[in-house]
Amino acid sequence: MFSNLRFVQLILMLLIALCAGLTLLGILQGPADIPLANIGIILKQALFNTGAQALPNWQTSIILDVRLPRVIIALFAGASLALCGLVMQGMFRNPLASPSVLGVSSGASLGAVIAIYLGASLVSAWAIPLFAFIGASISLTIVYRVASNHGQTSVATLLLSGVAMSALNVAATSLLLALSLSNWDVARMIIYWTMGGLDGRTWDHVLIILPIVVSGFVLLVFYSKQLDLLLLGEQHALSVGVDVRRVRRNLLIISTAMVGASVSVVGGIGFIGLVVPHIMRLLLGPAHRYLLPACLLAGALTLLGADLFINRFFSEQAIPLGVVTAALGAPFFLFLLIKQRFTLS
Amino acid sequence: MSPLSCSNLLFSYDKKPLLENISLDFTAGQFVALIGANGAGKSTLLQLLLGLIKQQSGTVFIDGRDIHRQKRRDIAKQLAFVPQSIELPYAFSAQALVAMGRNPYLGPFELETAEDQRIIHNAMHQTDITHLKNRLVTTLSGGEKQRVIIARALAQQAATLLLDEPIANLDICHQIETLQLIRALTHSGKLAISALHDLNLAARYCDRLILLGQMPGSSATTVVADGSPAQVLTADNLAQCFSIAADIITCKGIVNLTNIRPIKEKIEQDNYATQSTTSAVY
Repeated sequence: MFSNLRFVQLILMLLIALCAGLTLLGILQGPADIPLANIGIILKQALFNTGAQALPNWQTSIILDVRLPRVIIALFAGASLALCGLVMQGMFRNPLASPSVLGVSSGASLGAVIAIYLGASLVSAWAIPLFAFIGASISLTIVYRVASNHGQTSVATLLLSGVAMSALNVAATSLLLALSLSNWDVARMIIYWTMGGLDGRTWDHVLIILPIVVSGFVLLVFYSKQLDLLLLGEQHALSVGVDVRRVRRNLLIISTAMVGASVSVVGGIGFIGLVVPHIMRLLLGPAHRYLLPACLLAGALTLLGADLFINRFFSEQAIPLGVVTAALGAPFFLFLLIKQRFTLS
Repeated sequence: MSPLSCSNLLFSYDKKPLLENISLDFTAGQFVALIGANGAGKSTLLQLLLGLIKQQSGTVFIDGRDIHRQKRRDIAKQLAFVPQSIELPYAFSAQALVAMGRNPYLGPFELETAEDQRIIHNAMHQTDITHLKNRLVTTLSGGEKQRVIIARALAQQAATLLLDEPIANLDICHQIETLQLIRALTHSGKLAISALHDLNLAARYCDRLILLGQMPGSSATTVVADGSPAQVLTADNLAQCFSIAADIITCKGIVNLTNIRPIKEKIEQDNYATQSTTSAVY
């Protein structure tokens, strides 16, 4: 019933349509009131580089430099988090694994804060994503080493080591912030960065996240068969010819690079990596050749949707994006825990 | 050239030798049983032979070539494995799971050809699971799952099949069917090496038994006896490796153990000995 190809196609088409719809909505909707016709002209001009019509300059820059990068970043950050969650759940053979639960996101945050603290972020725009990648890699490697014994990971050890890692990362981040308070410029940069979210994101950020997520996705598609085989356990995978050690290492590198990129651009946004892959797996079954594109689309959709939701209904209060995803995701996480408890007992 | 062999294997865990001095040579077309008490290292030896874990010294050869110098994909074309524990929590269809056996022959984006489909279909037919092909493996019983996994191993079309307790989860009918299937496969030229607990079934269906156990005065396991069921299942070997005594009856050339009973005398004597020393102290 899961391998029903037409059902899979239907779901994917639906996700594409929703993504396109929300993207359009994200461009059309905003605090500034810009007529629809003008938006069309602006987009046409930008796309085809046609001669400029007399339009107010501020409208052009709001559409092209504020709304468009914001929408693109929301799409790619959401996609990256969902894909990483999918890969980690597959690698650990555990539906509770995800970048935020395993402390990978907080590791990326710590790396980014170190980059700002050391002043590396002033040298190159790539310093923050690079440090975030390193932080995420170290965290995930430690959690993996602690929790996994010959390819078997117990739920309890995995979650506990993730909790411990997160606590350590958050503590180190706070320490750095406290240390930097004597230098107000650095402290301000750190505070501003840790707020995360999509406000004030520019094309520079798009240039960081877009290439990493696109290439990460392409590489993951290349590994989709191996991911299926890893779901059945290390011995199964090895015996049908998967070089488990190498595949796992490469998957760790790809997924932490993607977490690093998304965290360095939008900060730690929890639970998308947990919830989206889970729902997609319920809908489409465990085969990664369907799950990978589905999670890409659904993750993009979720984060953009959450952002549009905040802007539409709570534009006055400036609620952080992570609050909405956590409000949806945390109860879901608890629900999964309860379900696991029943199946285990 | 033998399809699988090993020489002087030594495997230690936490610096404590677990298996030592194991040299074996396997012949195509044989059904070989690895027997031994719990903890004798049957599973470990299978994993060494598969290259899933690495020995401290010694070499495993596939067709005369060191296993650890070959790619997993190439090994998978020659050795197929049926692991002991079958946990299949993910909702693949039985057919999709059997199709995974074709993985070593397919590139990352290649779909199964008509030939692959035929091999998959054959494997499912041989293990009698054709009627289950659209069922999700999460809904199958233990015996059905086991046969799906065996079908997957068959779809690999490897010359050698290694099995770790393949009949542990099965009812008696499926136990016999599975062993008959494996024996039929070996008659068609495959080599099958299986860890087995049931000595009578091993004696009945296997051409050769390899008894793993401890030599007196050593904590590591090695090959205690190796040969036909009649050569291996002797009173001495049973006492030494399983602490049992049994009536060994050979009927129509098949060895059968009946009236199996544990040997407790040795332990009880030890207990008496410790008791007497303790009382002496007091």
